[in-house]
Amino acid sequence: MPKRTDIESVLVVGAGPIVIGQACEFDYSGVQACKALRREGYRVILANSNPATIMTDPDLADATYIEPIVPQTLAAILEKERPDALLATMGGQTALNTTLALANDGVLEQLGVELIGADRKAIECAEDREQFRDAMSEIGLESPRAAFARSSEEARDALERIGLPAVIRPSFTLGGFGGGIAYNRDEFVSLTEQGLAASFVGLILIEEYLLGWKEYEMEVVRDKADNAIIICSIENVDPMGVHTGDSITVAPALTLTDKEFQIMRDSSIAVLRKIGVETGGSNVQFAVNPENGRQVVIEMNPRVSRSSALASKATGFPIAKVAAQLAVGYTLDELKNDITRFTPASFEPTLDYVVTKIPRFAFEKFPGADSALTTSMKSVGEVMAIGRDFSSSMQKALQSLERDLCGFDEIALPGGEGGDVKNAVRGALARTTPETPRLLAQALRLGDEAREACDACGYDPWFIDRIGEIVDTEEALRSNGLPGDADGLRSLKVAGFSDARLASLCSMEESEVRRRRHDLGVRPVYKRIDSCAAEFEAFTPYLYSCYEQPVEGLDACEASPSSKRKVILLGSGPNRIGQGIEFDYCCCHGAFALKDKDVESIMINCNPETVSTDYDTSDRLYFEPLSLEHVLEIIDVERRAGELLGVIVQFGGQTPLRLAHALLDVGVPILGTPVDAIDRAEDRERFRALLGKLSLRQPDNAIAHGAQEAFAAAETIGYPLVIRPSYVLGGRAMEIVHDRSHLERYIDAAAEVSGSSPVLLERYLADAIEVDVDVLCDGEDVFVAGVMEHIEEAGVHSGDSACVMPPHSLSGEIVAELERQSCALALELGVVGLMNVQYAIRNGEVFVLEVNPRASRSIPFVAKMISKPVVAIATRLMLGEKLADLKLAAPKLSHVGVKEAVFPFVRFPGVDTVLGPEMRSTGEAMGIDRNFETAFAKSQIACGLHLPKAGGVFISVKDSDKQAFIQPAKTLTQMGFSIIATGGTARCLSEAGIEVETVKKVLEGRPHILDAMKDKRVQLVFNTTEGAQSLADSLSLRRAALGMSIPYCTTRAGAVAMVHAIRAILDTNGGRFNVVSLQELEQERTGQNVLK
Amino acid sequence: MSNFLLGVKLNLFDLCKDCLTSAPVSLVWSLGFALYSGIFEIMKPLPSAVLVLTDGTILVGDGIGAPAKAVGEVCFHTAMTGYQEILTDPSYTGQIITFTFPHIGNVGANGEDIESADAAAPTTAGALVLRADITAPSNYRSISGLNEWLCERGIPGIAGVDTRALTRRIRTKGMANAAVLHDPDGISAEAIDALLQEAKACPDMENQELAHQATTKDSYEWCKFPWRQERAAGSNAAFRVVAIDFGLKWNILRCLKAQNCHIDVVPATTSAKEILGRNPDGVFLSNGPGDPRATFERVGGELKQLIESGVPLFGICLGHQLLALAFGATTQKMQQGHHGANHPVKHLESGKVEITSMNHGFCVGRDNFPGTLEETHISLFDNSNCGFQARNKPVFAVQYHPEASPGPHDSAYLFARFHSLMQDIKNGNKARA
Repeated sequence: MPKRTDIESVLVVGAGPIVIGQACEFDYSGVQACKALRREGYRVILANSNPATIMTDPDLADATYIEPIVPQTLAAILEKERPDALLATMGGQTALNTTLALANDGVLEQLGVELIGADRKAIECAEDREQFRDAMSEIGLESPRAAFARSSEEARDALERIGLPAVIRPSFTLGGFGGGIAYNRDEFVSLTEQGLAASFVGLILIEEYLLGWKEYEMEVVRDKADNAIIICSIENVDPMGVHTGDSITVAPALTLTDKEFQIMRDSSIAVLRKIGVETGGSNVQFAVNPENGRQVVIEMNPRVSRSSALASKATGFPIAKVAAQLAVGYTLDELKNDITRFTPASFEPTLDYVVTKIPRFAFEKFPGADSALTTSMKSVGEVMAIGRDFSSSMQKALQSLERDLCGFDEIALPGGEGGDVKNAVRGALARTTPETPRLLAQALRLGDEAREACDACGYDPWFIDRIGEIVDTEEALRSNGLPGDADGLRSLKVAGFSDARLASLCSMEESEVRRRRHDLGVRPVYKRIDSCAAEFEAFTPYLYSCYEQPVEGLDACEASPSSKRKVILLGSGPNRIGQGIEFDYCCCHGAFALKDKDVESIMINCNPETVSTDYDTSDRLYFEPLSLEHVLEIIDVERRAGELLGVIVQFGGQTPLRLAHALLDVGVPILGTPVDAIDRAEDRERFRALLGKLSLRQPDNAIAHGAQEAFAAAETIGYPLVIRPSYVLGGRAMEIVHDRSHLERYIDAAAEVSGSSPVLLERYLADAIEVDVDVLCDGEDVFVAGVMEHIEEAGVHSGDSACVMPPHSLSGEIVAELERQSCALALELGVVGLMNVQYAIRNGEVFVLEVNPRASRSIPFVAKMISKPVVAIATRLMLGEKLADLKLAAPKLSHVGVKEAVFPFVRFPGVDTVLGPEMRSTGEAMGIDRNFETAFAKSQIACGLHLPKAGGVFISVKDSDKQAFIQPAKTLTQMGFSIIATGGTARCLSEAGIEVETVKKVLEGRPHILDAMKDKRVQLVFNTTEGAQSLADSLSLRRAALGMSIPYCTTRAGAVAMVHAIRAILDTNGGRFNVVSLQELEQERTGQNVLK
Repeated sequence: MSNFLLGVKLNLFDLCKDCLTSAPVSLVWSLGFALYSGIFEIMKPLPSAVLVLTDGTILVGDGIGAPAKAVGEVCFHTAMTGYQEILTDPSYTGQIITFTFPHIGNVGANGEDIESADAAAPTTAGALVLRADITAPSNYRSISGLNEWLCERGIPGIAGVDTRALTRRIRTKGMANAAVLHDPDGISAEAIDALLQEAKACPDMENQELAHQATTKDSYEWCKFPWRQERAAGSNAAFRVVAIDFGLKWNILRCLKAQNCHIDVVPATTSAKEILGRNPDGVFLSNGPGDPRATFERVGGELKQLIESGVPLFGICLGHQLLALAFGATTQKMQQGHHGANHPVKHLESGKVEITSMNHGFCVGRDNFPGTLEETHISLFDNSNCGFQARNKPVFAVQYHPEASPGPHDSAYLFARFHSLMQDIKNGNKARA
């Protein structure tokens, strides 16, 4: 059955901003889908609000809408574009839920838009747990004992039948948000209430908790001819009760016999048939009782998912691409396997290696958050590692995490020093946390008695045994030292021990271990991910390293480096806060640009969610940890043929920069900006000298190497001040300090963060405006790509602040001055490629806060705003081209773009949501329109904020802000809002002639503001605070607002912008915004159709 | 010099312990790396297992399973599960199996996932080649570790081998003859030489008749159902089936039993007259090892009589090849064969794709395909023939394994089809499969 000819255009819906549970895997799937559909000749319309995605690049679709993924805007896009079909299965739960709402409202039917991939019935049946359970029992599959509840009363009734512990899962939520495991009645009550509030449809499932059961996942692809194949089986190392997204997983499943595996295979295909997923990919999750093999179905997703991205990377089978092709009518046997070229896509990949995924968490960003892993997902990213066996795969994955681990590094096990070791081990392992694997290894180090208690971690004994072997080998190494013979050393490398880990175990330097390894000729070989275990020839150089015993006459290494000119791009590793999809965007564009310039692009990365680890993004892909050892070995292999022009380190964020010096030391050329420029920007003394030389100002600052020095410096600079350690990304451990006692607290904690390295104290420029400038430089000329004004005042981390481009309140002179300073800095540093500068402007004075001689987080946003392939240009500059030859015209913008951050607070109960210098956002959305107000409103909606159209606004602000709130309050009352305020604020506002209802602060007795919020009389909160006390006092307000989804603004400028946004919504008939595609904007500006 | 000697002594001591070869390296390091590693070369322990290919390729590794020797054709198998079924499948007689999946043995061994007599089984794979060492098992059904199980069955193996490099060698140069030796006392260079000679002396698989080694000596009745199944499906009429054993897999019998068949298993030597004398509703021709032409020379005449008789016939694997030969088709040796559980087969009539379990080194040629046969299935990997039905006789056969075990159950419908064919014939319908 060839592709459908009755449809011509398809709307692909993206997933919106990166949030926990929905990360860049949906950029990967969306990109594959867009590419596949366009290759088939369909007109592709793309909607996604996330500017940092590759999928929103204007050349991936015929019409690209960077608009909020909400029913209203999607309807506007549908009305405007009138596509024949809508593909919602590539954009995660967001796309599915939004599309379902459109289907339920009758919009799709009315506009004659067909849902392809999965239809409404299938989505509902899979997502509604009640329907799903019924469907399962109809096909004879068991599900856990369970009941549904629509209210707390129903929940209590259900409890009688199900018993404790019980799992509470809200229907229609992302990453299991709002759920959890209740072990007692109190927990049961609070979790059911939380779940009911979180559910899209006010429905929760209360389910028997399968304590100690194992969890598996099957990735299934089905076509309309009812051909169904299993792409990959995934086994969770963590037991049931830990969200799959938070679990360490391996592929393929390792502890099932064929009999059990085939039953699971049959069941998963039966599930797809029953649910009615006619085409495309889905995953089905199972729990298995290890005592008797009993299998139950847990859930299924009728769409591509995080696990499909993992399965695609783990097997080489491009699930999203194939799913898109199936959605337009192809059958599996009509599609070719890209890797083998001659065999069809209708087969089941078989692996000859083991893949391990470890999630990456960011609990350090959320003090007070509970790091226990439960059914609600908390990880912000993940790494995948490929090894020839489990041990090497697992150890590689640990090295990939960007947590300075070189393997199963030692960790303190509380109580492990003596006393009741068994109890200590049980205590440490019973609760799954991000540290469980290391704690398990530590427990295994404590001897036989401790080992007996290790089953408390809930891992299958097989995994515990493997980690036990690793620990045993480590102990032997510790006493015997590093082997001096090739076979001995090789056997360690086969098991996945990194040079760094061997060095630390044998009290050597990593370089020493490496030297001995090289002297002995123990080098890795590279195998291909080929989907077929070498049964057929693989044409795609998708490679991973391993160690093999050499055999004369057998070719162990499949790297076959080409004889071309080549460049290695270092990726950015796992997504984490401060280093997200933006850097992957940059790496991908680097690869595309190299391809255009006929230079072979070689990508090294370990993040399975990304576009950069798609085997057709670069010419060659090494799926490897971004550690010096692995990078050096790859460089060595690639240098065996062709000419390695150099390595690009400026696109992947902090990860590659970390390696820059070491690469330089061994004579590897670094392309673009000299490595020393990084030092000059990051080393505070050298930075000061740099600014001094250029006569640029920075806020008064000092470096302190000890506590006393810090106190003295603080006196000189004056409070409030910003304090931070050197060399940090995403504002780690950065804080605004208001007084001496606060400083003391910081210094106490700082030792943990930065070891012996000094801290920087800097004058905090209260009420200053922060600005980001991104430039391109070739060492001689500078092109200012973007000037972005932050909405929030200085002091909020630039990654967490909303920003607008072009600047909306800065004068032309200031912008010119910012550009002048940026140019001077770029030239002085000798930047070749990209540079980002952050400024603060106070009373017309410009202060340089920070210079980053590398791609910044804002680059994709800037590129989209000015419609220029900024990263591609940077790449060409690094290859030696000159700006003068590229003749870039200064961007003229006819539109306004706002970038807004999204936060994961809702997943971390008890954490304060107030913004500060430590970055905590997981992603961003963009709003584009003709004016600031609408663009800002769109950005807020895109981030999931429900801006009220009527109701009450609660205002409680610090003294210095009170005057500034008079105008916004007036505007709000004019728009029909009522104002509620606490004492001082209320007085100030009513003196200004505004009608205000005064309400008590929480401390002032009841009824107070919290009661008003609970009575649903408050729809919006403006709350600015000063000093630690008022911050602490207002915490309960912020958590309550978060819990009730009430927008809560903690900055003056943010509040002002929000009022503008509300006006824009009211002015457009409640948010019926015009939608505009990037292509239209570009056409308007240039009269040309294609963005290049 | 004294430092050096001390170093060597310590190293020798460690070597004796046969643990991680290690030493206070700092002692000897200063004395020159070359000398040090030179000593090591001399003192290197002898390998406990070796795989030798006839082209002289020598792979050393760690011995697993029985301390024994095996000679045969080395093939690779790409299934990730089901090693116990594979290792009890008589079709592998005369072969050495390289498992492409690195971890084999994780789920141990049990008494259920067995495809042939569970005592010492000389008529299964001769040896196995693995990447990773066999681990302690972890599965609720496991009753022993794979290593002990291999010892019981006398199957030797070698672990620690670059199985992927070996697989690529087989892919490009074909399935070579080879020899595996597992000797815990260590294998000397001389022993390796001798092994190479044995491998070279091993006859090629082509022209080898092995089915008569693998077949049962005596007839018997089969009464067991598939795993976790206790009765026949649906309301099928009970039919009498004679299964000719060329090295059959028990799961075929279990699947027939699930169709409510009364099954008599007979040796490959059984005459057509004797078989028809049992008054069967259908006759089944099993899988088995070796070159189909060689076996056909011995049983061809009987098969032709069975076909002529008009009794419904169903063949799997070798049974498929033998039936094809009986209708005048040809068979040929394949370069690398098909051994895996992920092979796509297209059912030409419905256009549907079945993911199948395969295990064959010979296939039915598609050139000169007899006009009396209609091709029903083809491999989507290489378009080779995977199934046919006779145009004028109630005969059909498939090259792959609908009984799975290991592998997907996509093709289980073929057993039902056999049953309905028997029903049709019984009902007096015109004979067409």
